[in-house]
Amino acid sequence: MGEGTLPVVPGIASGADAGAGYAPSRGTYLETIHSWITTVDHKKLGIMYIVYALIFLLVAGSEALLMRIQLAVPNNTFLDPQTFNRMFTMHGTTMVFLVGMMILFGFGNYLIPLMIGARDMAFPRLNAFSFWISAFGGLLLYYSFIGGSGLPGTGTAPDVGWFAYAPLTERAFSPGHTIDYWTVALLASGIGSIGTAINILATVFCMRTKGMTLMRIPLLPWLYATTSFLVLVAVSPLTAAQVMLMIDRYLGGHFFDTQAGGSAILWAHFFWIFGHPEVYVLVMPAFAFANEIIPVFSRKAVFGYPAMVAASVGIGFLSLGVWAHHMFTIGMTSVGNAFFTLSTMLVGVPTGIKIFNWLATIWGGKVRFQTPMLFSIGFLFQFLIAGLTGIMLSVSAWNWQLHNSYFVVAHFHYVLVGAILFMIFAAIYYWYPKMTGRMLSERLGKWHFWLMLIGFHMTFDLMHFPGLMGMPRWIYTYDASRGWGTLNLLVSIGGFIQAIATLILVYNMVRSYFRGALAGPDPWDAWTLEWSTASPPPSYNFAVEPVVASRRPLWDIKHPEDPDSAFE
Amino acid sequence: MSCLIIAESAIFTIFVVAYLYYIGRSLSGPTPKQVLEIPWFYSACLLSSSFFIMLAEHAIEHGKMLAFRLWWLVTILLGVTFLYGTGAEWRKLIFEDHLTISTNLFGTTFYSLVGLHASHVIVGLLMMLVTLAFSLTGALKPHHAERVKVLALYWHFVDAVWVVVFTVVYVVGR
Repeated sequence: MGEGTLPVVPGIASGADAGAGYAPSRGTYLETIHSWITTVDHKKLGIMYIVYALIFLLVAGSEALLMRIQLAVPNNTFLDPQTFNRMFTMHGTTMVFLVGMMILFGFGNYLIPLMIGARDMAFPRLNAFSFWISAFGGLLLYYSFIGGSGLPGTGTAPDVGWFAYAPLTERAFSPGHTIDYWTVALLASGIGSIGTAINILATVFCMRTKGMTLMRIPLLPWLYATTSFLVLVAVSPLTAAQVMLMIDRYLGGHFFDTQAGGSAILWAHFFWIFGHPEVYVLVMPAFAFANEIIPVFSRKAVFGYPAMVAASVGIGFLSLGVWAHHMFTIGMTSVGNAFFTLSTMLVGVPTGIKIFNWLATIWGGKVRFQTPMLFSIGFLFQFLIAGLTGIMLSVSAWNWQLHNSYFVVAHFHYVLVGAILFMIFAAIYYWYPKMTGRMLSERLGKWHFWLMLIGFHMTFDLMHFPGLMGMPRWIYTYDASRGWGTLNLLVSIGGFIQAIATLILVYNMVRSYFRGALAGPDPWDAWTLEWSTASPPPSYNFAVEPVVASRRPLWDIKHPEDPDSAFE
Repeated sequence: MSCLIIAESAIFTIFVVAYLYYIGRSLSGPTPKQVLEIPWFYSACLLSSSFFIMLAEHAIEHGKMLAFRLWWLVTILLGVTFLYGTGAEWRKLIFEDHLTISTNLFGTTFYSLVGLHASHVIVGLLMMLVTLAFSLTGALKPHHAERVKVLALYWHFVDAVWVVVFTVVYVVGR
């Protein structure tokens, strides 16, 4: 490792040899494949995570569309009930574990070492292991379509919902191997997640370059550290619960076997002890992207950095004490109901701080409305709405009325799509130039954004109303006399508009990889260290390890007359 | 390693919670009171091994490789003794008391929790045996003390978990 002794970031200067005209050298196919499979480079692993997740995004998206076709009109027979159950189970499981987790870890892997001025993650081989075992988990889950019952040709995917409530998952009610595929797949991807979380924590706390104090790292590594801590304490219970379920299914145990005194409620508790922090595991990286993108496109430093850090860590801790708000209808004591109502509402405080900080960052800035910023603004608005319906649902009495209705589905899709997916898209537009050396088309980006926005609101705004009118989740069809038909048809049409938007993104990504404008090291005039090196960065990231003196090291270089470091 | 310990603690917590939740909820016998005997001797072996591994850590830090090997070996032997104790206990439970993992809730939770701990002991022992082999071949040098301490931290964790498991299974559970 080279000793960085320069007083300033050497980035722009040292990256210039590979400078603006730099395009990646692309070897023969065999060489390329070999180098990707054997790599321990955090950047390649990061990209593999992202591509893998995007493929599953398309798969799980198609599953959602199949469900929407089925629900578009009353008394439809497009899918049979069993298939419908499989679709929503696979859609949920895939989106959470194979899309959400993978893509967020992908960006984390790629960006954290670059942002803190390190040459790789703390444990590169663990990193590769984590990716491949998670990837294996995904393949295992999808293999259930073929081998679910153990007989070729009669495969079944799991059909128990993504939270797989016991005792439905017990052998008596779910014979065959469908649940086993689900369990082992989640175990595998859980092990991968824990490995990555350990890696990220070690990287953020031990691998920072000279001058990069904890209060100077960009907010993204801070939020990823919080996320990783949550993964450690939240995914592990899921792993434990999965082991218990396997003991039940294979060794004849009785953990969740209600016939022998076991408890179905215990599974619900264990699952949601994982399940709720998981929401924050997914949304924190979305916040992290917003923290990087909004300041750059508002041409202002992020407002209230310490408050942002405190709010993020605060959300992390609060999220560990709210899980039972998923279980109000399961029958808890009134003390329990009151506790979880209040603790859930409390989450609104730090998230409110964040929203106001982002608004304050935009306020008075010279906002550049390019695609990443458009998606970020969409995120701000939609995340606010999602938070508000969340507060509504946290009131246990209101929850009893609406639990497991489409209102809840609309609420959490507002978070998962409106907030998280929108920020993932923003992140793709923002960092794609860094990863490939080429810009994504801005024109296609605008098409993508507007179609996505229209499709999203058409689907998920309207989805609240059938919920309020009493339409429950997981029904495969409904009667025309209910009056849910028109709304559901519009919801389905919105789903297809989103699908078209996503296909535009895919086309844009493929096309720009070959024909996009060359990006150069710093296309957005940004301030964090990843933009100081070439695009794509060389495998060693930085020719000389950078030394930083403020939160915006590149600002200091570009504006030596008015450096941030003078104000710290 | 600290991170791994946090994650592992969460896993153990879930199993401990399950054990506590299901105490006295078995629909059929045998009950813990009828069949469990408190493993004083074996617990003492495991807990005292924490002390000896500390001596070993101290020795390698000061470059005393001979002392390190001795204390390391003592730690391993104590760990093996504990493992034998668990094995003997399970043998008695299975063949004399006819308690298996599928007999009742007590069996399910007991074998899972104690088995989870025992599997951690086995992993620890394997890693320590590898370390011992390295130290005998001379590949392990005093400047590897940091890594040895990481492994020792894991062993301390396994011991500390036993304190919890012991309390839950043999004190509260009976």
